[in-house]
Order: sequence, then C-alpha cells, then structure tokens
Amino acid sequence: MERIPILKMGSFLLVTIQVDMHDQLAMTLQDDLTARIVSDRASGVLIDISSLDVVDSFIGRMLGNIAAMARVLDAETVVVGMQPSVAITLVELGLSLPGIRTALNVDRGMELLRAGNNGDSNAGRENG
Amino acid sequence: MGNTRLAEIIGRHERDLLAEWTRRQMDSFGTGRDRISETQLRGNSQDFLRALTEALLRNAGSDLRRQEWSSMKDLLGEISRQRATQGFTPSETAVFVFSFKQPLFTRIASEYPNDSEGFAAELWTATELLDELGLYTSEMYLKSREEVILRQQQEMLELSTPVVEVWEGVLALPLIGTLDSARTQIVMQNLLEAIVARGANLAIIDITGVPTVDTLVAQHLLKTVAAARLMGADCIISGIRPQIAQTIIHLGVDLSGVLTKATLADALQLALKKKNLTVARS
Repeated sequence: MERIPILKMGSFLLVTIQVDMHDQLAMTLQDDLTARIVSDRASGVLIDISSLDVVDSFIGRMLGNIAAMARVLDAETVVVGMQPSVAITLVELGLSLPGIRTALNVDRGMELLRAGNNGDSNAGRENG
Repeated sequence: MGNTRLAEIIGRHERDLLAEWTRRQMDSFGTGRDRISETQLRGNSQDFLRALTEALLRNAGSDLRRQEWSSMKDLLGEISRQRATQGFTPSETAVFVFSFKQPLFTRIASEYPNDSEGFAAELWTATELLDELGLYTSEMYLKSREEVILRQQQEMLELSTPVVEVWEGVLALPLIGTLDSARTQIVMQNLLEAIVARGANLAIIDITGVPTVDTLVAQHLLKTVAAARLMGADCIISGIRPQIAQTIIHLGVDLSGVLTKATLADALQLALKKKNLTVARS
C-alpha cells in the first residue's frame, strides 16, 4: 500500500508530501505520524507541502487535526512551503489553520522548531 | 426610386452642401470649436458624403443592417471613437449627422419646385435615413466610451496593488482605493507571490489610502492576513486613521488576532524589532 515516508532528523520528524493527497493516504499518514511521534519521542513535526498544488476541505482539516494530535503528544507542528494558490483556497474554504505554525521553506521551518525547542516559553515566530 | 434620386441631388450640390454643412457644424460647437480643426471636420464630412452616395447608388434603402452600408458604418464608428476621445458630448457627436438635414432638405426642395408630393416622399426617405445614421452614431459613441471605462478599470486594478520590499524579508503593500472582493483576490495573489519570490516573512499592509473600512473590507483584510500566515509570513496592518479605528470597533470587527499599528513608520519599526535589528544614528 502507498505510504508517505516519515524521516527522523534529530528530535524532529520530517514529512514531505510528494504525491497527490487522497483521503485514504491522509488517514494512513495520521496513523503513522502519531505512532512515530510516540515511538521516536519526537518534539517537533515538519510537514513540507511544497509539491501539493490542490487541496480540499478534507486535507485542510486533516492538517489541522495532525497539528492538534501532535500537540497533545507534546510535539510542535510546522507546515512549510505552501503554494500561494493553496493558501488562497484554504482561506476561501474558511480553513485558516489557526493552531498550525507555518514557514516559507524547510530551512525556516527547522529554525522555528529549533527556536521552539530551546526556549519552550518564548516560542515566538521570529526568525531570519 | 428615391434612393438613386437622392444620390443625384447630393452629387449635383456636393460642393455647397459640404460648405454649408461644415459651417453649420462649426457653429454648433460654440466655444468648444478648438477641440477639432475645420480641416478634419471637412474631411469627415467629405468621407460621409462619399459613403452615403455610394450606398444610395447601390439602392441600399434605410436598413443599416444591409451589407451596402458596411463602409458607412465603419466610417461612423471611426468618427464616433474619435469624438469620444476628443471629449465631445453624445449630442455634439450626433449633431454631425443631424446638422446635415437642413442643407440637404433645402436642396431637395429646390429640386421639386412644383411637385409637393414628390418633395414629401423624397424628404421622408432622407429623414428616415439620416435618423438611422444619427442613432447609429450615438450608439457607437456610447460603445467606445464604455470601452474606455472598461480599460481604465482594468488599468486601475493593475496600478493600485503594488508590493514593495522595504527591508530584506519585509514587504509593504500600500493599498489605495476601495477593497472589493475582486481587488482582494488580486492583492492576495500579488502579496503571496511576492512572499515566495522575495522569501519574505513579514508583510506590512498599509491602509492609509483606503477611504472606508466596513465589515466586508475588514473581512477581506483578515483573509489576506490569514493567507499570508499560511505561507509563513506575519502581517502588520498599518495606516489606521482614528476615524477608521472608531468604525472598526463600532462595527464589532475583531482585529485582535492581527498586529496593528497607526502609521507605516511604526509598523516598519516593529518589523525591524521582530527581525532583531536596530537602527542607530551613526
């Protein structure tokens, strides 16, 4: 069965979505990711969606859910590389993903996670 | 029968018809006569007469949809467009055709000295035809004006949504004019594309030039902020005038999730602070 690979980088998990995201795939990702957060004792999750150019409300909600689940497991989620058209679509769908932190690319996202990891209390979004 | 007869009359009196008609048009313009030269007017009139005679000789009738009139229609369309850009009013443009009536009718009368029935018939043909042509001119005038308006709207949309980089990684978006949904779309797209192109993580949206902020405009602003946030860029809204601050609160718009500053200068300062940069006097 098709799966989205989850890579471990230090105490963070890196998920790069390279294929068309259909609903079953999203559900599998949700299962795998929560399992990995627990087994790897990850403190942060970075989801790269730069090659995703179509989203629907289900995928939008799933991203929100993953972030919320990760938070419960004490891991920070950063979504990076969103395409302008995807951002506009999500906003028009009314899904502005309030619980999720975002960054322009993987580099910036990593910085964000590291900053959040070092001083948990001042998890500001300043970077660069 | 009337058609070719009319063409004959026009052909015989062409020179004085043209002179009288041109003079009449110049008189009708009054003070605005410097917008068009007499030479141009004469040229237009001459072209009109030529096209008219040609169509009449081919027995075209007064139905402008017929193919014989196509060159006349092209000519009138051209003249109307010219007049519209020169700033003539619709009636001034229509006068071009209608002022031809009197000179023509005088000539027709002199051609039928003792035949009142023939005169009436000829007059009716001429009136009907000239009315049609005059109406067509007005129509073309309006059409060309509409084209101008449409083009200007398009240009305004493109002109009024610039995105400028005020610091490395800090974009500024000075909004000018009313924000409707069509413009919000363009603003949002421009901003997001600039965020990607410049790798920016801060955007200042300056609304000094937005005359009024109602709930709809506020919603559009919040949408833009949310979209920028999804791309990993924070937004600061600046240029909020006291009047607008009052309106926003009275309308119950919730801007608490967005950073707001009174002036663009304050916003830039905040942006620099967020980037851990300080500006010092040397």
